[in-house]
Amino acid sequence: MLDVTTVERDVAVNNVKISAKDVQVFYGDNHAIKDVTVEIEDKTVTAFIGPSGCGKSTFLRCINRMNDTIEVCRVLGDIRIDGENIYDPKIDPVQLRAKVGMVFQKPNPFPKSIYDNVAYGPRIHGLARNKAELDEIVERSLRSGAIWDEVKDRLQAPGTGLSGGQQQRLCIARAIATEPKVLLMDEPCSALDPIATAQVEELIDELRKSYSVVIVTHSMQQAARVSQKTAFFHLGSLVEFGETSKIFTNPIDPRTESYITGRIG
Amino acid sequence: MAIKNQTSRGVSHTSLLSIRDGHTQKRNSAEKRFRIYGMVALSIGVLFLIFLFASILRSGLPAFTQTVMNVEFVVSQEEFDKAESKMLKTKAYQDIFVAALSAELARRNLDVAFDNKAIERIVGKPGGTIRSYFTEDPSRVGQPATFELAASSRVDGYFNGRVTRETLVDSRFLKATDLDLVDALQAGGIIRQAFNWNFITGTDSGVDNPGGAGLGASVIGSFFMMLVVLFLSLPIGVAASIYLEEFAPRNRWTDFIEVNISNLAAVPSIVFGILGLAVFIQFAGLPQSAPLVGGLVLTLMTLPTIIISTRASLAAVPPSIRDAALGVGASKMQSVFHHVLPLAMPGILTGTIIGLAQALGETAPLLLIGMVGFVAREYPEGFLSGFTDANSAMPAQIYTWASRADPGFYEKAWGGIIILLLFLITMNAIAIILRRRFERRW
Repeated sequence: MLDVTTVERDVAVNNVKISAKDVQVFYGDNHAIKDVTVEIEDKTVTAFIGPSGCGKSTFLRCINRMNDTIEVCRVLGDIRIDGENIYDPKIDPVQLRAKVGMVFQKPNPFPKSIYDNVAYGPRIHGLARNKAELDEIVERSLRSGAIWDEVKDRLQAPGTGLSGGQQQRLCIARAIATEPKVLLMDEPCSALDPIATAQVEELIDELRKSYSVVIVTHSMQQAARVSQKTAFFHLGSLVEFGETSKIFTNPIDPRTESYITGRIG
Repeated sequence: MAIKNQTSRGVSHTSLLSIRDGHTQKRNSAEKRFRIYGMVALSIGVLFLIFLFASILRSGLPAFTQTVMNVEFVVSQEEFDKAESKMLKTKAYQDIFVAALSAELARRNLDVAFDNKAIERIVGKPGGTIRSYFTEDPSRVGQPATFELAASSRVDGYFNGRVTRETLVDSRFLKATDLDLVDALQAGGIIRQAFNWNFITGTDSGVDNPGGAGLGASVIGSFFMMLVVLFLSLPIGVAASIYLEEFAPRNRWTDFIEVNISNLAAVPSIVFGILGLAVFIQFAGLPQSAPLVGGLVLTLMTLPTIIISTRASLAAVPPSIRDAALGVGASKMQSVFHHVLPLAMPGILTGTIIGLAQALGETAPLLLIGMVGFVAREYPEGFLSGFTDANSAMPAQIYTWASRADPGFYEKAWGGIIILLLFLITMNAIAIILRRRFERRW
């Protein structure tokens, strides 16, 4: 068995933020996601784990319709955020993505100043009426991204000049700046060293207070450390979903057990 | 060569890493050989380049100087009236000029005999120039006047070493004895070499007057063509590339278009010339020899180059930047215009300027639409007529000069090449500066 130290768990039941029902994803003829039904709670960190190619990132990208940008990708089924079907033709995916922030695997700050990185989202969505308001949003976002103290003296320095961990926290701050309801993170620590990873994980735990956070991770230890709920994906299907402590200590499905004990994946 | 090593455990063994077996030796010498090939190839290239530049400069620099004859003299009212009453008026002025020249030579104690004919062979027939100077403004009569008369191309050639007494034995344009007079005039400081501003600012001259030929009008023609090319091919090319690279679906149609753009880049330029002749002049009725038409033809030719280089620089922008922009809720167009395009800018600019430089040096299509060198006889009257007035362009002008018989034009052709190269070097320098500048911003 895996030796896991689980942090203090918030097991109180929260409202459902994202509910997915019978979601199917096809890449051309390839059936990548099969019948995934899951309910993701507000103010909770939900981890998606599973072996490479199991569809966890694909499913994550369905939640903010990033899969729309892939031509051959087709999504069927029903995904609702706060009860609103995000695949409704009336929904503008561009507006949706402002409300469902995303952090990517590799830190990808814009090659602009730190300030402009964070201010870009609010600017294009018209969230600030003047410079002072924009300054305030930038500061608040950078504080929420736990990077304000490190960069407050060099907001005009290029974002690409920061270290990897700082860049990733900058990207998180950038995602927060548009005041999203949900924060999606696609393996946010896989390109970071252990210290930066620890800082980002600490930040994720902090973000849980305000957002519904969904994190895809390869590291089961990370899932155990940061998440309250865990979903295990295997070959495009959602195998098991439940309390993180339960998944890691007492999984129901034999496939989950095989994975967390290192026999598959 | 095997080396015996003592390890810490005291066991003696043979090091595998220092063995030089046949295989390793072969590999190493192959590598060395390849390096030598490379260096030989490079030095051959550099040698050719040096040779090219040396010969261009040697043959072309004389075009920037001209031999002028400086004579100051006074035409009195009496002489003026007398000359004007004669039948052969210009001849009369020429006589005055010759008399003044003789007096000048005598004053400087230079003893050389010459006649009217020798003067004609050296500076052509200066009478006309002198007469019009005085008839234009009769108040100049009685005032000292200085004439700078351009010497004939053979006198130029004598100063540049192209013409010697031996080469003039059978010439009827300049006699070997005339060179004695030239020497005397030079000793007296009357004839000398001066910078030929007319070559840079002037227009094309007749086939018998290489001394008066200038590239200025053709430079203006090239300039207007480049304006047309820049303002058409940059927006069209960039818009087409952005659409193809970022928005267009990947299907058989876009594949077909893509293949054909690559094919167009390889189409010989003369094909574009004949297309321009058929479509723009014969069908659309645009004026012949107009820089506007030249610019349109060169736009067709430059577009594939710009599209290919723009698409390459768009494709080189990492996809993570697009994801980042889409992820914060930018629309596709915002992500392209706010993030992708600025990053691709250095590449786009470089491609555009290289395309422009290519167009600037293009000759064949221009000949087909009538922008031949001898058309460039005068400057356009205004900015707008610069697009429609018949004109030539630098490379076409050079081509025309090179095909004329007089060796003076041959010199001008080389000189024109120097100016053309200066423009190209300037454009490439601008490309480099712009690229550096845009790269530094990020």
